[in-house]
Amino acid sequence: MTAAEIRDEILNILEVIAPDEDLSNIDDSVNFRDQMELDSMDFLDIVMELRKRHRIQIPEDDYMELASMNSTVKFLEPLMKDIAKA
Amino acid sequence: MYDTIIIGAGMSGLAAGIRLAYFDQRVLVLERHFTIGGLNSFYRLRGRDYDVGLHALTNITPKGTKKGPLARLLRQLRISWDDLQISPQVGSDIVFPGTRLRFDNDLDLFRSEVSREFPKQSDNFDRLISEIVEYDDLDDSHQEISARQRLGEILTDPKLVEMLFCPLMFYGSAREHDMDWGQFSIMFRSIFMEGLGRPHAGVRLILKQLVRQYRGLGGELKLRAGVERLAVEDGKVVGVVLENGEELTARRVLSSAGWPETMRMCDDGAPVVSRQPGRLSFCETIASLDVEPKTLGHRSTITFYNDSEEFTWTKPDTPCDLRSGVICSPNNFQYGKPLDDGTIRITALANFDYWRGLDEHDYRLEKLRWYDRITESAVRFVPDYRSRVIDTDMFTPTTIVRFTGHDNGAVYGTPEKQIDGRTHLDNLFICGTDQGFVGIVGSIMSGIGMANMHCLRD
Repeated sequence: MTAAEIRDEILNILEVIAPDEDLSNIDDSVNFRDQMELDSMDFLDIVMELRKRHRIQIPEDDYMELASMNSTVKFLEPLMKDIAKA
Repeated sequence: MYDTIIIGAGMSGLAAGIRLAYFDQRVLVLERHFTIGGLNSFYRLRGRDYDVGLHALTNITPKGTKKGPLARLLRQLRISWDDLQISPQVGSDIVFPGTRLRFDNDLDLFRSEVSREFPKQSDNFDRLISEIVEYDDLDDSHQEISARQRLGEILTDPKLVEMLFCPLMFYGSAREHDMDWGQFSIMFRSIFMEGLGRPHAGVRLILKQLVRQYRGLGGELKLRAGVERLAVEDGKVVGVVLENGEELTARRVLSSAGWPETMRMCDDGAPVVSRQPGRLSFCETIASLDVEPKTLGHRSTITFYNDSEEFTWTKPDTPCDLRSGVICSPNNFQYGKPLDDGTIRITALANFDYWRGLDEHDYRLEKLRWYDRITESAVRFVPDYRSRVIDTDMFTPTTIVRFTGHDNGAVYGTPEKQIDGRTHLDNLFICGTDQGFVGIVGSIMSGIGMANMHCLRD
């Protein structure tokens, strides 16, 4: 997946986790926690959704890499480069 | 081989099941009773629907609220706010001799009521609220602090203290005489700062949504499947043996059966860590009326009453404690359409040993006798509805045992909670009442929390 495809995939995951959230004007550089009030349970869900969909394992120590859209995409790029877009 | 076997198809077990099934685990929920729900169940009698347990859901925040347990729960279970069809309460009150404090889902009403009835406590009450707001429910280090002590430092009128304890203890204290400060804060927020609500169809609507979601994700559910024991080998659970002799294997077990109840199931011979079982149980009378309660002038959703200045929260010496109680009218929520019948339910503390000791004949007679006494006690605080009753039912501590399997019919389980859900075995965990959260929203959060913490991350 390219960085843009990964971003779409994360958006899709956020839509599933927080269906009432308006994601159209999300700021990629701002923490999810601050703009969407995601809590630790929601971050676990991002990790679990990635595992469910793409068999990617993310160790707990790396959860902090998922703070914002920019950091998430950057962190996932090497892990997802060989995954074909569904 | 199951990834996870969950004991108990109550709110916590089903919620945990949804989490695990959603993330592709092979999950089985085992329920001893012939129906789901545990403490929060429902039944049909003489053509009428009844709820067990649920008076109202706590933690009710409006649609779109992002913070708080209800919002968190809906996200975690992938259920939308509209699925639960919750209507907010009309308004409730706490009544002591000479003093009535009304509250609804807007804290300002309660605040102004306290100021009016206890003018000198107004500032102290605001201070209490700000302390409660600051309490971090994910930090369990405050669990051990006595709420009586903490309140005594903030409020100087003992009657107000008693009037705050009355509803919070009735809705969730497993401990007698006192609560943990943490538990007090969580419950204060859930009842006074968030609020009360109920689906028009009652608890069955919530349970049906949970089961539909669970089954839709491939989760398995077996009713009339009581667990006889947990098979333990080398410090690990390897499976369960059902009462019918069937053996099932699992990589881990999550039990909502209660702490002492779960410990007894382990067949490893390890001494059960002594932990006081709960002693607080209830009787509840249920009256169906031929009119809506509001026609009789009863508009309150929940009325918590106590007939003296001091509120006593302990196992009564008498079969039921007639001094205090909770009067709930399921009609008095802001529904789009009225319920079929008028209903008034009264909950009072009860003595489990007394009720268990009766033979069938006496049990039936005593139910009638105490139905009358509880009702007589309650109509001191609400309009007398007795001439409009068309049907009645009553449950006792032994009914609670039948639905929950809890020792002593202990509604809120053991006084000492296992907040981290761990046991002496690596892959056996507990959730539900004895993990530490009560109420419907609390139990569901317990199931979610324990599933997330112990069952998802490997």
